Parts: sequence; structure tokens; C-alpha cells
Amino acid sequence: MGFNGTSPLLDQRGELRPEDFGAIRELSMNPIGDRIISAFFSPGKETVDFASFVRILAHFHPTETSRSRDGVQPEPANSRTRKLKFAFQLYDQDRDGKISREELLQVLRTMLEMQVTEEQLQSIAERAIQEADLDQDDAISFDEFRKSLEKVDIDHKMSIRFLS
Amino acid sequence: MHVFLVVVPIVGIIAKESPSSLQQELQELRGSASCPRSEPEFEMADIFYFCRRGVESILDDEVTKRFSAQELESWNLLTRSNYNFRHISLRLTVLWGLGVLIRYGILLPLRVTLAITGISLLVVLTTLVGFLPNRELRFYLSEKVHLMCFRICVRALTAIITYHNRENKPKNGGICVSNHTTPIDVIILANDGCYSMVGQVHGGLMGMMQRAMVKSSPHIWFERSEVKDRHLVAKRLSDHVADKTKQPILIFPEGTCINNTSVMMFKKGSFEIACTVYPVAIKYDPRFGDAFWNSSKFGLVNYLLRMMSSWAIVCSVWYLPPMNREEGEDAMQFANRVKAAIAAQGGLVDLIWDGGLKRAKVKDAFKEEQQKLYSKVLVGEQDEGDTTVVTSPSDSGSASPC
Repeated sequence: MGFNGTSPLLDQRGELRPEDFGAIRELSMNPIGDRIISAFFSPGKETVDFASFVRILAHFHPTETSRSRDGVQPEPANSRTRKLKFAFQLYDQDRDGKISREELLQVLRTMLEMQVTEEQLQSIAERAIQEADLDQDDAISFDEFRKSLEKVDIDHKMSIRFLS
Repeated sequence: MHVFLVVVPIVGIIAKESPSSLQQELQELRGSASCPRSEPEFEMADIFYFCRRGVESILDDEVTKRFSAQELESWNLLTRSNYNFRHISLRLTVLWGLGVLIRYGILLPLRVTLAITGISLLVVLTTLVGFLPNRELRFYLSEKVHLMCFRICVRALTAIITYHNRENKPKNGGICVSNHTTPIDVIILANDGCYSMVGQVHGGLMGMMQRAMVKSSPHIWFERSEVKDRHLVAKRLSDHVADKTKQPILIFPEGTCINNTSVMMFKKGSFEIACTVYPVAIKYDPRFGDAFWNSSKFGLVNYLLRMMSSWAIVCSVWYLPPMNREEGEDAMQFANRVKAAIAAQGGLVDLIWDGGLKRAKVKDAFKEEQQKLYSKVLVGEQDEGDTTVVTSPSDSGSASPC
């Protein structure tokens, strides 16, 4: 697609708005399409400029290729932690650092909508929280989230390789 | 300085994994997670699948780029193909300036003159031929007149056409289908044979041409109100096809102009009629001029002017062997089979998406299908009757609800 040049999302102002993403047909098909779109926008802001756009996309760079030469570089955008943080924020919409039961239910609802009953939704959410919630505060913090995904190959699953 | 390099079709800017189904991807995600469970359940990691697919779509999706002009590997000295304007060198700018002079000063006036000649001759001569009482003479002359006028129009665009496999040229009593890139497709095909055209009645110059043409040859023009009535349309087409003395009908089943890198969903209406289908693939060479008509960006006159001020329109036309609908095949499957043949011959990508998406939004049915697939993974099969494995819409074959 490309932010500028021939992109159908080309915007004269050099900024993107949420509606511009609506032009991407495949994204409308994705159940969490709206959440992904809002991940590009900082809370309270209605537009995203090119630099911020690229910063978000940098999360999806494959991890192997960005080994820091010296030890004192700031954590790269595509580190495992940052990728996890991105996914965490897809769940945690109010950015309070915890995934509450309600937030989990919301995500499940968008992913499943008409296909399951409310009771099934509740029980799925219940099970998920019980498993991940280690300190029993009825919410999943970022550390609990990270622990539950210890064995998942995040680097591979959350990476998009660019053809140069 | 290389101006003409080999054009490589732009495939995409990201490496997409081979399309695996939602089930497969989720299994992989879960397989690497904690202990495998006996019953399928929700995993926090599931979101990664949707997340990545979503961002991949933002970076490079299959559909949106079909509705804008194809990008070129190297510049062909036309400003309109110059997407990243950078001043490269004085020599290049001078060459470009020279090109502008030649194209607008010499080529354009010549072409416009030819075009006016061609269209006027078409209108005048077809009307005259229509007055002749003798039927055979009328058919014979009408064919000659149509061919001559379209040949003049082709020269007016400086279209350099290579026809392949002429032995498969459409015969009377059949339907010719082709991929659609521009209204000029009609002229390109009519240059080599006589077809009956199908279309809506227009006003103005187009309308005048339509009325003139139909006097000497049986074209099928529909009133705006009749277009909605599918049965009426089907009946008129069937009647025409049944009469073996009438020329083959020319139809573009995509319904809209696509940018010649892919073939989009064929509307099944023309494949429901019981007759032989003659597929034709048209592929334009984008180096000499981009033939795609982006109707949301340019009107028709503007588009024609751009065509006539390009270097040339170079294209290849392949006549494919005739196809018939087979036993047990429904119209949609037949349409997909023809589409695949055309895409394979023309080197185009075969997509299941509807060209109507140029203007319309994606139907919710697609999102629901994704949700359905995911729910199957979580809670297992809900209905007993639904035993077919539905794969994600990126595979062809499933009839999309359009």
C-alpha cells in the first residue's frame, strides 16, 4: 500500500484518519479490524502522521534482523516485549494496564459475534481469566499476560517480512 | 540511462505465507503454547493471528490496488506515470520535454483528426447502409463498414495489437467474454471481427453512434429501466444467440474496469445462457501508455485525451478455445472456470473479489464467515448439517454471496 505515492489512502495533509483505513476491503473482513485501526492512533488523537504510522508498523519487523550492535541501545520496537505490549493493548482498550473481565468479554464478542450464545461467551471468558490470573485480582496484568504466552513463538507469529 | 527495462509485475511489498486456513494457523499458535487441551478453548494467543492478518491487509491487500493504475518498474517519460517525482538529471528533463512536444504537438492533433474521421464515417455509413433493402447486401456492407471504421479508430489511438490463436475467433451464435480494462477494449476486439455489442442506451454522441450502428447491425441496447430486469436481459440475449445469422455477442462479465493486473469476479448472468462461450484475454503493455480507465478519477473525454497523448497502446489479444457448460456445473462454477482460463492466458491474477467493491463496501457476510470459522475452533461444530469445510475467502471456488 504505502502511505504516500500511489496509495489509495493518500491523504493530501500527510495524515491518516480512521475512515481512511475503512477503504481497505480485507480489513473490513477482519473481526478485530476496528481495534487494529485504533491501535495506530494515540488516545485522544484523531490523526496519525507518517512517523507514528511507521513506528507502529515497526512492531511487526522480524526480531532476528535487528540485533543491537552495542548493549546500550534503547529497546527496539520489534522486541518480544514490545510485540506483546501491542497485542496487550488490543485487549486493554482503556489502557489501565489490566485486562478486565469486561474487556475480555468485549474482545470475544467482536471475534465471535452471532456465532455463540452469551453463556458460552461468559464461560470462555471465565476459563481464560482463571488460567491466566495468577494473583487472583480478577484481571490480567501485563506480566500475567506475558507469562501465559511464554511458550508462544511470538517472533514468528507477529512478524511481517518486507520484500526489499 | 535505461528507460525501457523489463517490466516485472508488482506482486506485493510483503512476503505473505502460503494461505493456510484459520484452523491451521491457530493450531500452530496453540501448539507452541502451554499444555495441549482435550477440548478446544480460547487462548490469549489467538489474537495474534487476527492481528497479523489485519496489519498485513493494511500494508498490502489484494483488492484496493486493482483499482488504480499499475506501477511501472522504470519511467516511460509520461508525467502521469511518474509517481515519485524527483529531479534526476537535466538530460532526463530535456528528453521528457521533447517527449511532451512530440506527443502533444504532433501525435495528438493527428490522432484527434483520425478519431473524428472514424466516428463520423461510422455514423454516416451505417445509417446509409441501413437504408438498403436487400438483406444480404446489407449484412455484407455493414460488416465492411464496421470493420473499416473501427480500424480507423484503432489508428487514431495508435493501438498496436497482436492477435494470437485466430483460429479460435468467436463464431455466430456464441458469446464472447473478455476481461475489462477500458472502453477501448471494444474497439480493439471489433477491429478484428464483427460483434454485437450489449449496453445501455446513452445520450449525446454515444447515443447517436448507438442509434446509427443498430440500423445496419443487430446490436443490443437496453433502456436504463430494462437493465434491472434480469429475465428480460437474459431473454434478449438468448434470442440473439439462437439466431445463427447474427454475430457473436460481446460481453464483459466483470462489470467494471479493472487495472489489467488481475481478473475479478465474473457476473454469472451471461453464463446462464445455453450456448458456446468464447473467452478472450486482453493484456496491455503498460510501458507505452496506461490504458486503464479510472472512472472515479477521470471522465471519458479526459481519458480519451490521455490515451491519445500517450506514446501508443500496445496490447496482446489471445483467443481461447471455446468452452461449454458441462453437466452438473452451475453458472457460477462455469464462470469461474472461464475466468481461470482467461487469467492463466493473460498472466493476470485470478481473484474472487467482486469488481463492484470499487464503489461499494465489503459485505458483512465476509466478516461473519471469519467469525464462524473462529467459533468452530473454540466451541466445535454447532450444526450437524454443516459438514463442508469452509476455508477462508482467499481460496477460490466458494461462491461469494454477491
